[in-house]
Amino acid sequence: MNPRKNGILSLLLVLLCSVLVLAGCGTPAAPATPATPGGDAGSAGEPINVGLNLELTGSSAEFGLSGQNGMKLAFDKVNAEGGVLDGRLFNYISADNKSEAGEATSATTRLVGEDVIAILGPMTTAAVLGSIQIVTDNNVVLITPSGTNARLTVNEDGTVNPWIFRACFIDPFQGEVAANFAIDALGAETAAIAYDIVGDYSGGLAENFKRTFEAAGKTVVREEQFSAGDVDFRPIIENIKSAEPDVIFVPAYYTDDAHFVLQARDAGFTGPIMGGDGWGSGDMVGIAGADNMNNTYCVDFVYIDDPSLQDFVNEYQTAYGRAPDGFSVLGYETASMLIEAVKNAGSTEPEAVRSALENLGEFASISGVMTFDPETHNPAKNAVILEFVNGVREFKQIVAPK
Amino acid sequence: MSAEFILQQLLNGVSLGSIYALIALGYTMVYGIIQLINFAHGDVMMVGAYTGWYCTTVLHMSFLPAMLVAMLACSVLGVVIERVAYKPLRKSTRLAALITAIGMSFFLEYGMMFLVSPQTRTFPPVFPQTIYHIGPLTVKYGDIVIITVTVCLMTLLTVVVKYTRIGKAMRAVSFDKEAAALMGINVNNVISATFAIGSALAAAAGVLIGVYYNTVQPLMGIMPGLKAFVAAVLGGIGIIPGAMLGGLALGLTEVFVSAIGFSTWRDAGAFLILIIVLIVKPTGLLGQNTREKV
Amino acid sequence: MRWEKNLILLAAAGVFFVLTSILAGRGLISRFVLLTMTQVCIYIILALGLNLITGFTGQLSIGHAGFMSIGAYGAGFIMKTFDVQAGPTLIFFIPFALIFGVLVAAAFGVLLGLPTLRLRGDYLAIATIGFGEIVRIVLLNTKALGGASGMPLKQFVGWGAAYWLMLLSVVLIYNFVNSSHGRACIAIRENEIAAETMGINTTKYKVMAFAIGAGLAGLAGGIYANHMYMIQPSTFNFLKSFEILVMVVLGGLGSITGCILGAIVMTVMNNALGIFPEIRMIIVSVLLVTMMIFRPNGLMGTTELRLPFRRGPFGTKGDMTNGG
Repeated sequence: MNPRKNGILSLLLVLLCSVLVLAGCGTPAAPATPATPGGDAGSAGEPINVGLNLELTGSSAEFGLSGQNGMKLAFDKVNAEGGVLDGRLFNYISADNKSEAGEATSATTRLVGEDVIAILGPMTTAAVLGSIQIVTDNNVVLITPSGTNARLTVNEDGTVNPWIFRACFIDPFQGEVAANFAIDALGAETAAIAYDIVGDYSGGLAENFKRTFEAAGKTVVREEQFSAGDVDFRPIIENIKSAEPDVIFVPAYYTDDAHFVLQARDAGFTGPIMGGDGWGSGDMVGIAGADNMNNTYCVDFVYIDDPSLQDFVNEYQTAYGRAPDGFSVLGYETASMLIEAVKNAGSTEPEAVRSALENLGEFASISGVMTFDPETHNPAKNAVILEFVNGVREFKQIVAPK
Repeated sequence: MSAEFILQQLLNGVSLGSIYALIALGYTMVYGIIQLINFAHGDVMMVGAYTGWYCTTVLHMSFLPAMLVAMLACSVLGVVIERVAYKPLRKSTRLAALITAIGMSFFLEYGMMFLVSPQTRTFPPVFPQTIYHIGPLTVKYGDIVIITVTVCLMTLLTVVVKYTRIGKAMRAVSFDKEAAALMGINVNNVISATFAIGSALAAAAGVLIGVYYNTVQPLMGIMPGLKAFVAAVLGGIGIIPGAMLGGLALGLTEVFVSAIGFSTWRDAGAFLILIIVLIVKPTGLLGQNTREKV
Repeated sequence: MRWEKNLILLAAAGVFFVLTSILAGRGLISRFVLLTMTQVCIYIILALGLNLITGFTGQLSIGHAGFMSIGAYGAGFIMKTFDVQAGPTLIFFIPFALIFGVLVAAAFGVLLGLPTLRLRGDYLAIATIGFGEIVRIVLLNTKALGGASGMPLKQFVGWGAAYWLMLLSVVLIYNFVNSSHGRACIAIRENEIAAETMGINTTKYKVMAFAIGAGLAGLAGGIYANHMYMIQPSTFNFLKSFEILVMVVLGGLGSITGCILGAIVMTVMNNALGIFPEIRMIIVSVLLVTMMIFRPNGLMGTTELRLPFRRGPFGTKGDMTNGG
């Protein structure tokens, strides 16, 4: 076969495949829930499509998968109880955003095309920002489990993004709680901060911690930055150590922070180390070691060993064979918010669901009562401070939102 | 900056650089012999780390046997990768081989992620958590292990390459493949042996990283792999002492960029130094300038 | 005869555009398919640029995502600084932003082209990876451009603009490689010393290839920024550079139609496999390795796809790349 014919043949084949594959995309993925008993095709029995736009691969895959597990648990539970709105079941469609903003935009576009009434996720701020316009144009609500940046729901000019909601608290509150705890309970006069610059979660907490801490007349003696995924923190730990702070605040995700704690203890820093709710997932103690984790504290939205949570923990353990983490809780609560809103709305009309979410008011979920502000779409919820004692999280105090 | 501070950072740099050097050795050997940038090398290191994790956590082995098992497993993996993916391409363009290497790298990363989930795993305490105080310096037991293992493996490799039959064959093949074949050297076996040794060194590095930082996860090989390649080029690719030198230079650069308060510019600093070195001396620090023959 | 054939091609391109626009307007092409088609255009422009540098001039570059990010942030910077809103001013601001992105990226292309005077092959490859990573880290540390959280933007460039800009890029590269400049570049790829002996100013042409290739990447970045709502540094890491290189090599180094094909295959595959997130990358990598083993020169090699005319516009002037 001459190369020319060969080339044309390849092109034709590729075009054919592309067309077939793209045509395949148009059809929705197989339903994840069993068909409604009775088989009535009327709108009453139709499944309710919900899109999960999550970090299933890439650098944040661990968080995305935990969140997805939590969401599925909530939907499976309500489906097993007979669904909502006279027996309509939830049908969740997962899309992977590869932990990347651009891919999150693609995933949202795809899900919007599959007639979803809501998109749950993405987990990170940047990925949510890439989806706001699409969901707004298509009248689909988006609830992010863990996008903490304040500007997701409220624009710079103070107007609220009508279709965007969240299940987590925003950076300022958490930073303040941490700073006040450092001052009041730990008696810190000086602090050092180390934060991650790759996502904006960590920087937001650091900034708000610093503001509160300095407003109380204390000093931040050293600020260091790192990039998420770093494993070697020894150089910046030496820098912090030489500034001799009373407390170190490291508000990033658990792998980075566990490495930090381990290496700080090895370098001879014995003072208190604090973190944010990013510590609430994964095996901090496993990485850093139980002894090293003594005298460390974190702010969290949930105390997972609380007796009132044990039903959820057991269900999760049974379903997935591992213990839930903070992201599982957030995922579960995100799905619960949607389920509750659909029930309250009494329909799956976009505007009805949106308005029901906005007026959710006080909503009791597994981590406690969340109060939604219709002006900002932000939930106010209690913060808890936990202390690690010999590898076990112990409840230290609870801080109510202002 | 006190002298102790500088000394401590120096030590941190040497221990980090040793790991880079260990991974860089595999890169350099493979490149020296078939001129292929084996982008999957960092991921072989990751597989090594997982093997070590499995041996210590599930099979309850101690550090040294676990490392040996990981080295053995990865040398087999290295040979398989070479035979399946690279050997058919030995006659095609180098770019085709490079793309295959990138493909292999994705395959190992995502295959592993599929097998074991992206969850970060931790090692049981295989090292005693002893911390030695030498004068003002704090030295971890792990630091000593890393530096000792690196030096031992490096010496062993030098001896193998210089004095054994297979080492001589390797040098001959890297010098001139055709001539080596004419002299009765089985080029295929030599290339496989190179992959086996290089991958075993990567596995050792993987277990060391895993144990020292106490974590393994499927994407852990990407950055160290890239950095190790930078180290290999920095020292002069294809030159074994060059890999050591490049690794140490890279480790020290990173630590000192962080120490002067630019921790988030650390990687940029490392790459900048690489580009400057390449422009000033394109064959790397220890490379010899070869005049191109027309 | 040539202009007639070109006219036919142009008409075909126009018909395709009108057809897709009508279908999209009637909702017969979903938003997701339209997005995929736009992404295909963006990747074709990227692949064309890299093909000029690597495929035609023979300089191995793995820093293309760096140029793309420079173009994206350049265009984004203009849109942000002038706080561009929807309205008639777009007619001025969109080209301005895109051209600004192209120029800044091209300037960096020259900057990176200069070291290539001393570096060859794999050494150049690693230097370009380094360049791409440095750009990413600089962006990550620049608060004025949004830092790690990225820069949210509005969607002002849609499928239509992306499509026509892609065609423009194809014409540009086609004419360039068929000009005396392009032939000089190919001569450098085939044998740099021989080319120099023949009186070709290798310095000039290498830098020129880098500048044009980088400029095109900048254009693609600008379209990306104005289409995808959001740019952030981590999107443009070295894996993105790998992705673009894979498209070019998969399609065939030194083949324009080949790299277009590569961009289509990779982008469509990527988006279509989104329904199997866990095994998507495993499938992609296995296909990649098998493809390279069985067709090491890519889908097209260095040959071009021609229209089935006996003396078509792509065929009359002889084979432009079949030099080796």
